Amino acid sequence: MTEFAPQTEELLHGYMIPSLATVRRIVWETDDTFTLLLDTTQMNDSPYSFMPGQFNMIYAFGTGESAVSISSDPAKPGLLGHTIHRVGSVTSSLSRLKRGSLVGLRGPFGSAWPLEEAVGKDICIAAGGIGLAPLRPIIYSLVRKRELYGRIVILYGARSPLDLLYRVELEQWNKLPNTEVIVTVDRGDSTWKGHIGVVTNLFSYIKLDSESTIAMVCGPEVMMKYTVEELQRRGLSQERIFVSMERNMKCGIGLCGHCQFGPKFICKDGPVFRLNEVYQLTEKKEL
Amino acid sequence: MYSRVEELNSRRIPLAKMQAVIIGLRCLFVPHESHIRRQAMCLQSDLTLHIIWHSHCRVWRDKNDFLHIMNNTSKLEASNLQQLLTALQRSGYTTVGPILRDDAIVYDKLDSVNDLPVGWSDEQSPANYRLTKQSGASYFNFNAAPQSWKRFLYPPVRKLFTIRKDGKSLGISNENTDDMKYAFVGVRPCELSAILIQDEVFQAGKYRDDAYSAARRNLFIVAVNCTTAGGTCFCSSMKTGPEAKNNFDISLTEVLRDGRHFFIVKAGTELGASVMDLVETSAASPQEVATADAIMRQTESRITKKMETDGLPALLAENLEHPHWDDVAKRCLTCGNCTMVCPTCFCSTVEDTTDLSGQNAERFRRWDSCFTVDFSKVAGGNFRMSTKSRYRQWLTHKLSSWVDQFGVSGCVGCGRCITWCPVGIDLTAEVQAIRGTETQQRKGD
Amino acid sequence: MEPQDLTESLHKHPFLNNMNEELLKTLTSCASNIVLPEGERLFKEGEDAKTFYLIRSGRIALELPGGERGMIRIQTVGPGEVLGWSWIISPYRWHFDAYALERVHAFAIDATCLRTKCETDYHFGYEMLRRFSEVLERRLEATRLQLLDVYGNAPGGRGENY
Repeated sequence: MTEFAPQTEELLHGYMIPSLATVRRIVWETDDTFTLLLDTTQMNDSPYSFMPGQFNMIYAFGTGESAVSISSDPAKPGLLGHTIHRVGSVTSSLSRLKRGSLVGLRGPFGSAWPLEEAVGKDICIAAGGIGLAPLRPIIYSLVRKRELYGRIVILYGARSPLDLLYRVELEQWNKLPNTEVIVTVDRGDSTWKGHIGVVTNLFSYIKLDSESTIAMVCGPEVMMKYTVEELQRRGLSQERIFVSMERNMKCGIGLCGHCQFGPKFICKDGPVFRLNEVYQLTEKKEL
Repeated sequence: MYSRVEELNSRRIPLAKMQAVIIGLRCLFVPHESHIRRQAMCLQSDLTLHIIWHSHCRVWRDKNDFLHIMNNTSKLEASNLQQLLTALQRSGYTTVGPILRDDAIVYDKLDSVNDLPVGWSDEQSPANYRLTKQSGASYFNFNAAPQSWKRFLYPPVRKLFTIRKDGKSLGISNENTDDMKYAFVGVRPCELSAILIQDEVFQAGKYRDDAYSAARRNLFIVAVNCTTAGGTCFCSSMKTGPEAKNNFDISLTEVLRDGRHFFIVKAGTELGASVMDLVETSAASPQEVATADAIMRQTESRITKKMETDGLPALLAENLEHPHWDDVAKRCLTCGNCTMVCPTCFCSTVEDTTDLSGQNAERFRRWDSCFTVDFSKVAGGNFRMSTKSRYRQWLTHKLSSWVDQFGVSGCVGCGRCITWCPVGIDLTAEVQAIRGTETQQRKGD
Repeated sequence: MEPQDLTESLHKHPFLNNMNEELLKTLTSCASNIVLPEGERLFKEGEDAKTFYLIRSGRIALELPGGERGMIRIQTVGPGEVLGWSWIISPYRWHFDAYALERVHAFAIDATCLRTKCETDYHFGYEMLRRFSEVLERRLEATRLQLLDVYGNAPGGRGENY
């Protein structure tokens, strides 16, 4: 194979080989977190489509690949958003890309948030830190057909006011009928008028009807652990709680073995799980 | 099954009717008339097939079992073994098999039978592997080699793609292909099972490894039944050996007795049968077949290591916090040897590189091990820091969660992980330790 | 507000959930209904803890002096929550400053009055302590969680590994 031809049909079925997407824009959400907007309309497996909660493997030329949740609107798959925390070489490379640059893209992979099951139900979304990113697509989907769902509560915790993602949208969602967004930060300053404290505190301010609510949770492992405990304390059964989990991923398609969590492959069985599928595993240390 | 054949042997039905039955069943192995005539065993099998079909009773477990019964069994003189290699090579196969190298028997390119480890055997025990010279000129009288066939179908390092920067555009070239046409000569029954297990991993799910599939599609398997039992073997516990029942193209059982040296040959596929047509064979006499069977029974009786598999997946899943994991952790060096020699372990990582110009990049996939620190690293830390958690991951994956994931155990009982563990950790003993105290706890309840 | 009305509205506060009538009456005798305008300081670090509050609406910020970093806002307390337990522990002094972040409706409970009741009626005293320990436990847990700084270097979601 020495031919550097444009990708052929055959490659699309090679899930290990990226397609190429064009960088449209980079939006800095905070000091160290940015949203990479990719144009997928020129991609050869276009039209690209995804379900809220799924992720892509994004490849920065020569540097490497990283699994990144899709954070944009599923109804607009032509412009694909990935909100990325700049921490290492791959994410730094991605952060330096300019409009028109190409990145490798494999995906979408993994399971999705329960959009259909949510119809007619109240919805409680709890996010911590960059965990709001994988939840944003489902929020877009919910508000797009707002009338299909009951009360929507979005609880969001971040480290400090400067670390809050999507502030404009949070305010917009809060103004929607029967929708409430409550934000808290771990560390406030005197200019911060909102809540200070961990995200679990916010449950004191809302009423959950445990019989009609579906909860979706994403954030750091510790935050999720306490949040699902709080939800259960408030009467939600594990069948009604959904979590999005994280592990080291290399392939995204269940072949590399890295993301195993007991019998689960986070990449293909997850990342979104119904809590009862994984709860017992979460109780074991270092699994 | 054989007794059934013998029992029915006295009844005869016309050959044409038999063929009709076979074709009617659309079996994969449809011999032409002359072929049937040539093979006595085949006749017997067809007869059984016919009768059983009409009594609506299923005797065969599956297609492969059926094929096994259908197989012709013939005899290949050891002096004609080269003909088999030649036939494979002429059919376009790269023949790979056991050769002597670095004081071990390893699988590599096999040009002629002279490359085989004639007269050599091995001695294996926990953390011990020694070659031993034998009096006879046997070709295959040894046990699992340090490395398995895994390295040919799923190489330790494989380039996945090359990507070239040209101005603003990027061109990707898919390298995850494999056009090798291998014939594996000397696949042990346990290793055959391991290949089937990796088939499940790499090509049975939603996403498959194209290169693996390509190599696998082209693969010709010459299985060799085990005439000797290694000190770390426990295939009979895992129900994978010492005799290959199916899933091979050809199987050989080596008989070296009373000055006679031959192979009992069975063709497992039409392809296998067509290759055997190119090799000089003769009909095996019932005595010769019986001798080979006796050798198989003898091998099985010499397998001393056992693993109790009853309820094993659940046992381990329920004992993730058993104190014995701490005990193993005191001995385990987390070197990862067990994962490298294991014929089913499939974990990998990727490496991305660029050349000096920065214009050309490549991605390689290489074997990884759940025993390394990097394996479980995430941005916030590492979710398997302790040796205990890593050993537990390996063992519970192999024997427990593998069943959840792929419907089969990830262990075939080849014993490599025991032989090649530098401190001689024996998974059968570790499992038994957990089982033992589990049982005590239950009794104590 | 008549004492009867006060008892009834106190009963609705989550902190006093399922408290029996008798004890509730005892508490009511020490309680008053208050409204604080936005920006009002409730108390200051070091002052005597004379009151504790059951918040009905609005939010209160707790601040600690952080040396050269100025005042650090460490927590907010909102509707349905309890503010202050220094009244229960000697030497009964506040450990932080508290400001109303917005207009706050609350029940103010006179601490001196309450302490006397607790001393004389051990059953009532035990009930108060039991309820406060629960609040303390939850708040300690939240503080530990805050200490973990989970968003610091361990982001959630996918793909921030590299």
